[in-house]
Amino acid sequence: MLLKGKVFKFADNIDTDAIIPARYLNDSDPENLRKHCMEDADPLFASKIRTGDFIAAGVNFGCGSSREHAPIAIKASGVPLVIAKSFARIFYRNAFNIGLLILEADTDSIDSEDVLEVDTDKGEIKNITKNITVYAKPIPKFMAELVSAGGLMEHARKRVKKEEELKK
Amino acid sequence: MSNPLTITEKIILAHTDLESCSPGDIVSARVDIALGNDITAPIAIREFDTIGVCDVFDSEKIALVPDHFVPNKDIASAKQAKTLREFAKKYNIKYYFESGEVGIEHALLPEQGIVLPGDLVIGADSHTCTYGALGAFSTGVGSTDLAYAMAFGEVWLKIPYSIKVVFDGKPNKWVSGKDLILFLIGKIGVEGANYMALEFSGTTFKHLTMADRFSISNMAIEAGAKSGIFEPDEINEEYVSKRAKRDYVIYKSDPDAQYLKTLKYDTAKINPQVAFPHLPENSVDVKEASAKNIKIDQSVIGSCTNGRIEDLRIAASILQGKKIAKYTRLIVIPATPEIYLLAEKEGLIDIFMNAGGVVSTPTCGPCLGGYMGILADGERAISSTNRNFKGRMGDITSEVYLANPAVCAASAVTGKISSPDEVA
Repeated sequence: MLLKGKVFKFADNIDTDAIIPARYLNDSDPENLRKHCMEDADPLFASKIRTGDFIAAGVNFGCGSSREHAPIAIKASGVPLVIAKSFARIFYRNAFNIGLLILEADTDSIDSEDVLEVDTDKGEIKNITKNITVYAKPIPKFMAELVSAGGLMEHARKRVKKEEELKK
Repeated sequence: MSNPLTITEKIILAHTDLESCSPGDIVSARVDIALGNDITAPIAIREFDTIGVCDVFDSEKIALVPDHFVPNKDIASAKQAKTLREFAKKYNIKYYFESGEVGIEHALLPEQGIVLPGDLVIGADSHTCTYGALGAFSTGVGSTDLAYAMAFGEVWLKIPYSIKVVFDGKPNKWVSGKDLILFLIGKIGVEGANYMALEFSGTTFKHLTMADRFSISNMAIEAGAKSGIFEPDEINEEYVSKRAKRDYVIYKSDPDAQYLKTLKYDTAKINPQVAFPHLPENSVDVKEASAKNIKIDQSVIGSCTNGRIEDLRIAASILQGKKIAKYTRLIVIPATPEIYLLAEKEGLIDIFMNAGGVVSTPTCGPCLGGYMGILADGERAISSTNRNFKGRMGDITSEVYLANPAVCAASAVTGKISSPDEVA
């Protein structure tokens, strides 16, 4: 898949409280979560982000709680891809499970407002603004299959259908 | 002869149909308990309803604990709790808890013997790693994972590499499991164990209680770890045997099991720790923290990390006969109803209230900035909880310092971050 978009860059250790503060966790509606996405890291994020824009960050993006509300809020903001030097474990699996694309790459050369062209299959990240290309770590086969299956729930629905057909 | 394995590898392997495994392998594993709470389960239930199964995989292997915003803090959280209740009713979920039965999930499940050694447990809560203290493999996952597990009883897992962490020697006065884990996170950093299993051992643990182990395993996630496990021993056996209502399996690492690395620490050189804002890795010796004369507005003693009876006893031993500092708030939250009742019986509740503190019913409440002790702008708390991220307990300009319950109690008395030695 080819994606092109503008970057919103964040620092290291962006925790899930920054992505979606717990004061909004009395609700899980994606549209309501979107309004507060990244609020404690950048209070104006929700008003500035446009569909197709990317999030880039340093190490350990999504550390802290297991709240799936975090990748849901990002996905609901229209962000198709998050690129970080590394992701915290639970955020990593949540993103794949719900079908939010994430790539691990060196993001030092990427700044806010840069325009990127990303070939997600090749893991190629072209920084159009700076004319620098970086490559993402390959996505493990299992994870790639999970994404192409449409996420874990789609996989679950297919499994149920398959099991029902076997019974017939 | 098969490959030597760690306790973590053995438990995961025993929950698959495979004959061998290696770190890095992605496997589908059977779960013994799948856990959700009033924040994460509503999403799981919403997703579960779309899968198309007509029942949960096993109504006796699912635990739903409404502990975060319950008793309901507002209408929206009441709706979330209602979602859990209705799901529990519909599918006859055995381990669903209501009002006076509700405790903080990670204190409640081991206490009630619901999670046991050798289990494979997943929970839609990052601190699910707590049960590693029992010698179980347990890890935090998301709501979608919980939905999948409730339907099929399975979870996909990457077999983690293990890091061995050895603490040897007798702990100093006031040093608890909380201090050892804060010290370790200070050494390896908040992503020092990302994707990995921490395996704890050493002579120090003969001197500490199960409560200390729970605190340590609980905060493995704050180093990024997938799990934090202890091999069961006689201290574990003493705790588990009186609680277990079903059979369980004791696993131990093979002597020549492979570790990514081994870290060894001399516990005698470790003093109580205080983690400065805004990361748990910013831990320093309490004496260093005390010397900085850091005024506090609030002290919180509770949470899945430090709300157990041992924690309340040590806090009460410091607060007995004392008053907390003027214009300082003390909030004490026993983690489960059983702990609450025991604290009452032992006179600890009296001590907290006579000191000027408030005692809340069990809830995660203030730890995640939910309710029951939110910080205003510029306010500062010392807390026995597990995270001190920016805005974690309230306003984005507020600050959280993490410490053990003794340090939190002492600081409440002086109104500034203090060593227990200063008031005891």
